[in-house]
Amino acid sequence: MNLNQLTARQLQKKLDAKEIKPQEIISSLKQRLAESEEKVRAYVSGADFSSIPDEGLPVAIKDNICTKGLNTQCCSKILKDFKPPYDATVIKKIKEAGLSVQSAKTNMDEFAFGSSTENSFFGATHNPWDIERVPGGSSGGSAAAVAADEAIWALGSDTGGSIRQPASFCGVVGLKPTYGRVSRYGLIAFASSLDQIGPITKDVADSAWLAKIISGHDIQDATAVDIPVPDYTKALVKDVKGIKIGVPEEYFVEGLDEEVKEHILQAIELLKKLGATVKKVKLPHTQYALPVYYIIATAEASSNLARFDGVEYGFRTDSKGQSLIDMYEETRGEGFGSEAKRRIILGTYVLSHGYYEAYYLRAQKVRTLIKNDFDAVFKEFDCILTPTSPTPAFKIGEKAANPLNMYLSDIYTIPANLAGIPAISLPCGLTKKRLPVGLQILTKAFDEETLFRIAYTYEQNTSWHLEKPKL
Amino acid sequence: MAISKDTVKYVAHLARIRLKPEELDVFSVQLEEILKYMEKLNEAEVSHIPPTSHILSLKNVFRADQVRPSLDVDAVLENAPKKKDRQFSVPKVIA
Repeated sequence: MNLNQLTARQLQKKLDAKEIKPQEIISSLKQRLAESEEKVRAYVSGADFSSIPDEGLPVAIKDNICTKGLNTQCCSKILKDFKPPYDATVIKKIKEAGLSVQSAKTNMDEFAFGSSTENSFFGATHNPWDIERVPGGSSGGSAAAVAADEAIWALGSDTGGSIRQPASFCGVVGLKPTYGRVSRYGLIAFASSLDQIGPITKDVADSAWLAKIISGHDIQDATAVDIPVPDYTKALVKDVKGIKIGVPEEYFVEGLDEEVKEHILQAIELLKKLGATVKKVKLPHTQYALPVYYIIATAEASSNLARFDGVEYGFRTDSKGQSLIDMYEETRGEGFGSEAKRRIILGTYVLSHGYYEAYYLRAQKVRTLIKNDFDAVFKEFDCILTPTSPTPAFKIGEKAANPLNMYLSDIYTIPANLAGIPAISLPCGLTKKRLPVGLQILTKAFDEETLFRIAYTYEQNTSWHLEKPKL
Repeated sequence: MAISKDTVKYVAHLARIRLKPEELDVFSVQLEEILKYMEKLNEAEVSHIPPTSHILSLKNVFRADQVRPSLDVDAVLENAPKKKDRQFSVPKVIA
């Protein structure tokens, strides 16, 4: 096995034992990139791989996380060539932990608006399991890079499933931590009440390790709460005896692919055999999660993206408009892609005079109901198990013409963001066409330890995480 | 709720985005479809439910009022599409 195929923990052991040098990991990554990147396109185009750092295990970083002096463009024309003058807090933490940051950023849907990584100014990423299919999104570049062994591990961001859904489509592990667990300072904001940064890794142990590194209080982000970070690697215990699992009936309805359903039911059976108790539960407001999300997320996005106006950074129009307003409007009209414009306009509409109460305020109230659903279940249960996505990876172009249809692919991941709870997706099967299926586990807020314990136990009793795409 | 091209144009102006005529055509159809889907929320009973703006029960988060280093002005201006005399440059605001 080549070094680039190993997990971060396996590589660190070899480094500690002085069996290998960091440069050997780098050259094995570079060799892999030369073979497969042309097909996968996990990284932002024009990325230069010669400058992968020589020291420490390298981490691939999504293009919306600020890296000092390195292009951070949110895969948008409007942020073309932006080089942040500072590092995001997660980047500082990664460096302090002795890891290194890859200079080539991973591809994404523009400003994380999408579920397929087709909405990138730099072109689509392809799923390593079938290059005619999407890798999911918006952190599709990070997930595809890890799945194709073009990265050891990576960071993504998750607003409505943008870590978990691509992890599921690419057969890797993706964690969305509890809201407030990881500092958002330096994450270019999409929806501030929903966004979280999290790891995309080859197995659960790496996920726990990287989560531990990036979590914690930060004075630069008032929502990064001051609660001690447990050593998540100590939660990697192979035991689910007595764990109470709830399975929500609302997630097993029309629209769920039969093969996906079959694999999830098998996963539930296995956990039962390992000593967990499983019961059906109700999350009655699930049907409202998607409309609530697309009101709240677009409203917050319309406000956050007001800063891209051609003044401080990025792209400015060449057109010779007369006024400042003309310059703003032309710059934003030319600089944003279709999905970004659609969402900004939708968000502006739901916040505008006369519609605020009917849409935005009502959505915030229904958000309370969704959160209450979870609170009620977690009084009795340790975790909730669901599919991560209703289908395996779909074909490139298949959903591009119908935004609403695309939004539906996040239907199982969005509720965790609305409720602020942690959730992980891990591989639990391959379809007959050899496309990965993801199992989603959710726990109550700040209980990542239980999440890792259940995920680790499942993973160590199966071999799905060891399957590799045949590129 | 029907959403006319004029409404889309007006909201796009509020959002400071200039749309091409063909974008107006597509967006008014798509936004209408999306807003119609959102009307599902009208079924939910929320008259006695408080809104959630975010899930943490944080109130005011205070920190010590200490002077910390700021970003370097020249480093920040590196990214500006147009600058003059160590400042951002924009089209004339007052004629």
